[in-house]
Amino acid sequence: MLELNDLSKHFGGVKAVDGVSLRVEKGEIMGLIGPNGSGKSTIVNLIAGFLAPTSGQVMFDGANVTGQPSHVLVARGIARTFQNIRLFGQLSVWENLWVAENGQGQRRAQRPLQRWFGGCKADRRRIGAMLEFSGLAAKRDDLAANLSFGEQRRLELARALAAEPKLLLLDEPAAGMNAEEIAELDVRIRLVRDQGVTVLLIEHHMELVMAVTDRIAVLNFGQKIAQGSPNQVQNDAKVREAYLGAVTV
Amino acid sequence: MDFYLGLAQIIGVHTLLGLSAYCVLLTGQVSLAQAGFFAIGAYVAAMLTVLAGWPLVPALAVAALAAGVTACAVSFPALRVKGLMLVVATVAFGEAVRLFFFNFDYQVARGDIRIGPHGGEGFRQIRYFPERGWSTLEVPLFIWAVVALVMAAMWWMDRSRTGAVLRAVGEDEVAAQSAGINITAVKVSAMTIGGVIAGLGGGLFAHYTTHIEHVQFGVVLATFAIAYPILGGLSNVFGTLLAVVFIQGFLVEGLRFLGDWRNLLFGALIVLAMNVRPNGLLDARSTTALRRLFGRQRGASGA
Repeated sequence: MLELNDLSKHFGGVKAVDGVSLRVEKGEIMGLIGPNGSGKSTIVNLIAGFLAPTSGQVMFDGANVTGQPSHVLVARGIARTFQNIRLFGQLSVWENLWVAENGQGQRRAQRPLQRWFGGCKADRRRIGAMLEFSGLAAKRDDLAANLSFGEQRRLELARALAAEPKLLLLDEPAAGMNAEEIAELDVRIRLVRDQGVTVLLIEHHMELVMAVTDRIAVLNFGQKIAQGSPNQVQNDAKVREAYLGAVTV
Repeated sequence: MDFYLGLAQIIGVHTLLGLSAYCVLLTGQVSLAQAGFFAIGAYVAAMLTVLAGWPLVPALAVAALAAGVTACAVSFPALRVKGLMLVVATVAFGEAVRLFFFNFDYQVARGDIRIGPHGGEGFRQIRYFPERGWSTLEVPLFIWAVVALVMAAMWWMDRSRTGAVLRAVGEDEVAAQSAGINITAVKVSAMTIGGVIAGLGGGLFAHYTTHIEHVQFGVVLATFAIAYPILGGLSNVFGTLLAVVFIQGFLVEGLRFLGDWRNLLFGALIVLAMNVRPNGLLDARSTTALRRLFGRQRGASGA
């Protein structure tokens, strides 16, 4: 589904991402973890088209999509959320979902004018379903800025899903959430996967990552240091060193 | 009476100018190029009716188109920069247009006199309305018919998905990109629509004033253009209209009896208005209140 080949991003002398290769298989929930500054968010930005890589390739669905702009990638089926929530604060909850292009370009091709101006019935159904899914149906006319933090996180996830992605990139979706909200998020991520969406989860909250992911890749200083099942990764010596520091005897 | 009819013409044309900036402001871009598009519309429309003998409506259409095409062409390089840099770039464009018309000489002999744009002296013989015997009532009615059409179209666009997309880009460009919106296309479209509306306004302006020259299209006019939607608020197009009535009707004309003190008070009142109503004269809250007054539920957003 998604394949990174020797991907690098250098900011001046800083090698934020340094030769990372990674495969995400269709239908799985892949975790991407690593200490602060290990290059996780940069990788999301590279995959989603917000940054162009210094070298290397991003392959998606068998096509080379390296360096394509984000709106093209959304149309191809890659959607993302942000570490620090980015909503359209002065737009209503409904409008936040309404403006999201739906990916795969099917409906757009069918009825461009009607879709652009009126918002056709299929759009309304899709957005209605998103509101139900995120538990925001009662707040559809509220301004996004007036939502609580947890609701904003849910709305941002719903907006990414409104694009009907094949691959969803979640950049620290649990940041700032309490235990109850994280449990809900866990359920939602599984539901998304069950609908056939592949998920790449970047997260610091280890309990969530270990519970929800099928496989995990670990980054440190821009390089991939380990990969495997949650269990394997937890017991990996290099991973422990990266998180806890070198153990001296 | 004629005074009020004349004022209605000014308010109508300035409303178009304000709406052209409104459209661009929705996407979060501050453009001081609107006076330039207005000037292009004015010169093109006037040259078509006076020199080429066209009827007014097609001349206005071509003028609007010319301004729109210019706006589209300018927006590609201009929108590579943001914020203050965009302001500087658009001021530079506006001044370039003004200086072009300052040097623009294209006169044609008609009998003993030569007519047409004459550089710094301007374009003096735009007598379309008097020559065809339009009354002082018909001219403002025509202008307001155009204004009403444009406002209706803008209102509809604003409530449609297009309006939501423009606002989304204005709110947060990065988030808009992540929602799959091609922000360059959206910003260029907004500039183009703004250019068309400004060109239309300019075309009307040239015909009711009968005499245009470069100084009318300077930075002051560009500042007015963005002041209207900012003062009026961006919740809907009527805010811009309200701001034009407030500035042109009340501050410029209504305070004329104050003589030299007017200009001082002018600035002070704008500052006061912006402090009392920081989200514009017609903000979202007053719009909701008005809707309730007329017994309509808030729900247009769910169209």
